[in-house]
Amino acid sequence: MYRKMVTLQVMDTIFYDAQRQGRISFYVTTIGEEAINIGSAAALNATDVVFSQYREPGVLMWRGFTLQQFANQCYGNEYDLGKGRQMPVHYGSNELNYLTVSSPIATQVPQAVGAAYGLKMDKKDACAVTYFGDGGTSEGDFHAGMNFAAVLGAPVLFICRNNGWAISTPTSEQFRSDGVAIKGQAYGVRSIRVDGNDALAVYFAVKNARKMAVEEFRPILIEALTYRVGHHSTSDDSSKYRSVDEIEYWRTRRDPVARLRMFLQSNRWWDDENEDLLRQDLRTQMMSVLHNAESKKKPGLSNLFEDVYDVIPQNLKEQEQETQAIVGKYPKDYPSDVPLD
Amino acid sequence: MGLSSIAYDLGSGLNGPMSISHLSSPRQQLAFSAKSCSRACITVRAADGNSGSMRAPPSTVRASKLVTNAVAVKSETASIAATKSGHELLLFEALREGLEEEMERDPRVCVLGEDVGHYGGSYKVTKGLAEKFGDLRVLDTPIAENSFTGMAVGAAMTGLRPIVEGMNMGFLLLAYNQISNNCGMLHYTSGGQFTIPVVIRGPGGVGRQLGAEHSQRLESYFQSVPGLQMVACSTPYNAKGLMKAAIRSENPVILCEHVLLYNLKERIPDEEYVCCLERAELVRPGKDVTILTYSRMRHHVLQAAKSLINKGYDPEIIDIISLKPFDLHTIGNSIKKTHKVLIVEECMRTGGIGASLRASIMDNFWDYLDAPIMCLSSQDVPTPYAGTLEEATVVQPPQIVKAIKQLCG
Repeated sequence: MYRKMVTLQVMDTIFYDAQRQGRISFYVTTIGEEAINIGSAAALNATDVVFSQYREPGVLMWRGFTLQQFANQCYGNEYDLGKGRQMPVHYGSNELNYLTVSSPIATQVPQAVGAAYGLKMDKKDACAVTYFGDGGTSEGDFHAGMNFAAVLGAPVLFICRNNGWAISTPTSEQFRSDGVAIKGQAYGVRSIRVDGNDALAVYFAVKNARKMAVEEFRPILIEALTYRVGHHSTSDDSSKYRSVDEIEYWRTRRDPVARLRMFLQSNRWWDDENEDLLRQDLRTQMMSVLHNAESKKKPGLSNLFEDVYDVIPQNLKEQEQETQAIVGKYPKDYPSDVPLD
Repeated sequence: MGLSSIAYDLGSGLNGPMSISHLSSPRQQLAFSAKSCSRACITVRAADGNSGSMRAPPSTVRASKLVTNAVAVKSETASIAATKSGHELLLFEALREGLEEEMERDPRVCVLGEDVGHYGGSYKVTKGLAEKFGDLRVLDTPIAENSFTGMAVGAAMTGLRPIVEGMNMGFLLLAYNQISNNCGMLHYTSGGQFTIPVVIRGPGGVGRQLGAEHSQRLESYFQSVPGLQMVACSTPYNAKGLMKAAIRSENPVILCEHVLLYNLKERIPDEEYVCCLERAELVRPGKDVTILTYSRMRHHVLQAAKSLINKGYDPEIIDIISLKPFDLHTIGNSIKKTHKVLIVEECMRTGGIGASLRASIMDNFWDYLDAPIMCLSSQDVPTPYAGTLEEATVVQPPQIVKAIKQLCG
């Protein structure tokens, strides 16, 4: 678990820098929330279906998504499972039961309830899991989703990463309720509040919640308190609305990765040398992965028109031909690394 | 509850100016009946026919049969016209029959919506299904359209085939976020990894004094969303066929029904059949002018046609059925023959189906047109409550007759 948390942290740092250098167009970091990501992922089964917001790549990482795959998606090259159609960090993997990220906030909450409804009908030993932030709890979808899940008795885990900020809106301006856990109570959903920066606490909370959800057919709400150390995304500079001291404090003194490290080291299961080696190794891997992704071709033009429907209809075929003709005729006005096929 | 009482009133009050008993063939009787919603339904088990085929051919009219009738007799399957088999039912029953057959055929098919369970649905389309298939497969949802549509999207992505019933299409505006941002999009953005085989259906269109909020024509708003398919049913035959086809489709399909057509009666085949989602229906062949229409306006056009034929015109009437994408093949063949087009729709003038259809026709068939494409649509106003005003917002048969005279001379 610790290794994965470190991997996530290193990936975030390097990909963020890559964006700043202009190598990828956009990125969203998970700095400060590694414990929630990995701790919860470790407590789930591989068959549990995950509906994430966009700050949970750690869950995918835990399940086996490789660093190369992360980079491919960010670069939108031909190896991207999403075929270059989504922004960076909008990962998705059918194989790993992680639904493709869709940016609108909280739309995934009722979808998770729908999936749980299916699981309940099929009587599978699996649950649906959905993640969202404190801001997401203001959306109508959150309330209806919770309500539905309670009424249906759907086996779904609602994991709220209460990280204090929704872009520039602090929780004090987001809601006046006593956090998010109380909202669950209002809907008749069993709720728990955990320290989101304590990886082991998150692990045990999710483990037990999952057992309850699957065995008793009920939804569970987990509010994990944490702090969004990074900016909302690479399009944001959070020092504009919060003090740099506050960010530094949480980044250094309340770092969940360091916390777990200290715990492991105090039990002599880990030491500084291991740490250095790991980080070094990860950095090298990461750089080569980025380089690799960068050098790959982009998906061909036909990918613009495929998968809109199961079978490409006539009007899209015509539009494809028109587009190919134009790009073929004025190649200098179009990117050179996009194949025409 | 308020809306359900409206639904009941609609069921019993539909024998007003809309009775069309022009067809003499015993097989084809389109008659509005003043039945209440609690009428016992005729459910005839479909015999095993075309079970593997997804493309039962619905509709080419046999020209030879049409000579003596003012409006052509449409024989969907010639064999049935010969005998008197098949069974008669109302449009809402046809929808239910299609739904029931698909639910029996595939255990993954389920229904979600408000009051679809034991209540049987506001328009009784799901009546009896909860008792038969259980509460979970015919799920009553709390009142949160965006959320239960989201639920359907999530369920579809993980293996089920849900049908979402909007109590009224207008309410699905609340679900627009899920429909546009997720339903239409996720197959594409996931690189084809996840499919969303949902059917979103419900009654829309202008009813009898239902008020502006319950008289929306959502087909205009949905037609632009990429990734969606949209069809409009207009007769019991195509209602059942389209319902089945929509459920079997891997794409998200919006099935537009019309509040005033639920009690339309027709004799449909006993055998199983499925309509094609992308094909238009040639209702009446002709050579003077092509009239393109869909949903309730088809029936207004047919009524106008009686008058037109008496005056010596020979209109070709096509029910476009597929609103997204348009069946330009059928439409084009017609235009190449007649060279004149009149579109009759219930949508608003601005941004309606007619507007898009006009653009499509101009793009593709400009050289074949002898006159500008005419389009009759509703005005750009919210539908008023007062009956007289409401009637003025919907295209009426005399308007259609006048337009054809103008177009054809």
